[in-house]
Amino acid sequence: MDNFNVIVNGVGGQGIITLLSLIDEAAFVEGFDIKSSELHGLSQRGGSVETHIRFGKKVHSPLVPIGQANLIISLEMLEALRETSKSGKNTKFLINEYVSPFQGSLTKEDIKKHFDAMKNELHFVEASEICKEKLQNEVVSTVYLLGFASYKNLIPIKKESFLQAIKNTIPEKYQELNIKAFNLAYDK
Amino acid sequence: MAKKVLLGCEAIIQGALAAGVDFVSGYPGCPSAEIGDGFGKIAKEYGVYAEWSTNEKTGLEAAIGASFSGLKSLVNMKSFGINVCSDVLLPLAYTGTKAPMVIFVGDDPNCHSSAQSEQDSRGYAYLSHIPFLEPSDAQECYDFTKLGFEISEKFNTPVILRTTTRVAHQRAPVVFDTPQKKERKVGEFIKNPHQFSTMPPRTMEMKKELLEKLKKISVYADKSKINFIVGRNPSKIGIITSGISFSHALDALQTMGLNIPVLRLGFFYPLPEKMISGFIKGKKTILVAEELNLYLEKEIIRIAKGTNPKVEIFGKNVLPEIGELSVEKICIALSKITGKKFVAPKVKVLDLPRRTARLCEGCPYWYIFPTLKRIAPDAIFTGDIGCNMIAGLAPHSMHDTLFAMGSSIGIAHGVKKSTNQKVIAMMGDGTFFHSGIAGMINSVYNKSSPLMVVLDNRITAMTGHQVNPGMGKTLMGEGVEEIKIEEIAKACGVKNIKVLDPANIKEFEEIIKDFLQKDEISLIVAKRVCKLLENRQKKNG
Repeated sequence: MDNFNVIVNGVGGQGIITLLSLIDEAAFVEGFDIKSSELHGLSQRGGSVETHIRFGKKVHSPLVPIGQANLIISLEMLEALRETSKSGKNTKFLINEYVSPFQGSLTKEDIKKHFDAMKNELHFVEASEICKEKLQNEVVSTVYLLGFASYKNLIPIKKESFLQAIKNTIPEKYQELNIKAFNLAYDK
Repeated sequence: MAKKVLLGCEAIIQGALAAGVDFVSGYPGCPSAEIGDGFGKIAKEYGVYAEWSTNEKTGLEAAIGASFSGLKSLVNMKSFGINVCSDVLLPLAYTGTKAPMVIFVGDDPNCHSSAQSEQDSRGYAYLSHIPFLEPSDAQECYDFTKLGFEISEKFNTPVILRTTTRVAHQRAPVVFDTPQKKERKVGEFIKNPHQFSTMPPRTMEMKKELLEKLKKISVYADKSKINFIVGRNPSKIGIITSGISFSHALDALQTMGLNIPVLRLGFFYPLPEKMISGFIKGKKTILVAEELNLYLEKEIIRIAKGTNPKVEIFGKNVLPEIGELSVEKICIALSKITGKKFVAPKVKVLDLPRRTARLCEGCPYWYIFPTLKRIAPDAIFTGDIGCNMIAGLAPHSMHDTLFAMGSSIGIAHGVKKSTNQKVIAMMGDGTFFHSGIAGMINSVYNKSSPLMVVLDNRITAMTGHQVNPGMGKTLMGEGVEEIKIEEIAKACGVKNIKVLDPANIKEFEEIIKDFLQKDEISLIVAKRVCKLLENRQKKNG
């Protein structure tokens, strides 16, 4: 297969790098070559953060070429919309239905209108809400989204490999919670 | 042997451990802070001494002391750090090292996490005459760190390892030696002023020795396997590249369906000139695919004059000098050179509001910025590096200047001396200890009267919560007496000093008003802990 390209984006502080590390690790568990690229520092303080993951037989550049993302996982809706400038016609979107507003930002309805005009495969998931309700914990919504991506086969990685990745990268005391969040997407 | 997904910076830690590093110093910045942070966690276990130094200059000086005492050292910093330590870096090339030393510098093209300039630190290779290596990926971060120590040991020279954000903050599978635990080494400083002191006229002799040493390193560089050619077909076109641009170039060739040989340079300085000559020979066209400044291009034009003066060299005429390179940008350049069609993917122009960095929920600075602005709306605000940079962004938008670490007070003094305006300098506690003290003393000594506000959130926050001298804790977790900002200021002759909690708005307002009337420098230490740190401390009990 060609390299599989994922962009994970959102607002700095949402757990973007945790999600990226899990996908990296799961791809590694499956024996793929991987390169991912992340941003720290200033950009992590509530600004737009865009990270890239590529895996496959052999990966050179860590950056997903414009239009070549197979999947974009956005943890925030306006940031999802921002990605449409560089997405391709085959790019699928997995979007956390959550808005982090700021002065001059768009409303949920305005953002949705933009997406309505798109022909791409779109998945809107109320991950933050669902995790708050079912697990009393919003932080693991990123892992819930990953579970959703796995359930819908949006990433060519086996469920077991994702679970293994959680075991390999998440500190032991949070593993159970994260595995619950991941499996929640399968339960519904 | 182990194989794990590692961040470039983590691979550097493993490389240094594999080389037997004893001493780690530096100053946190992006993209380099994970190196010091990582060593903080494992130093004791692996018999390493690790510190966050007060700035990059003291960090490099500490490593020099270690090297002269026989300890293997690693110094880590971001791009601008090399400016701060350059005063020491240049004479270090003259004295050379005793035990090996690798200096890591992380550049940040595109200024993802850097304010002051889009610095290309490779220029320091020419200034300092220090060997300069550039890894292209996380695996090479490991390999080149190890190699850096070897080269340093072989030639008694420090070696600079330079990456950019896309390499230092890249994750990829890395094969590495499982690190061995060892006892912390006690070195011995054996006196040798002939070698360790740059005292003229010896300095001139040392320069001569340095240049002779460089000739030997050049021969070594020419044989080094970290410079290599990918693709051996006898094409009339070739690409010369280094660092992350190498990865982009390989993808670009694949995208374009071109079969062109690529010379990848792992040594930026000294360049493997014979190898480059050999590569250029017989070529009609060369593309130098380099990010930021045109250093390689100039060198290759020079080398070509002696080997193949007719070769046409493309570089910055087809690639931008601003911002990061990408696969697309190299494809466009290749299209211009080869005439092969490349339809650049369309980037839709969306008129979306920009989401800039902002203060975290509950950040103590929420009390500080609006209060200062309300009480002194017409003041000149000189800004500084760190989380307080956010003062320059909406909704605060209150920076009138922003330069380098510690510059807020230095510039405030100049403005105050030149005008009758109110001037307020804002800096964080980390910055105060890094280089703010010097500017403060300059203000006192030269009878200036800016208002200095130290936003003391009890940590170096922006770069990921590193300890600093104001906190009573070292990188290795040892307790140490807190150095109090107000006591330093007092000792330096600042007479108007107030330490307060900025959440007490009324008191804060009154002090600002009062201090702005003073005809001497005054200092407010606005002390309130970073909210993220507070949350973490609660969580960890």
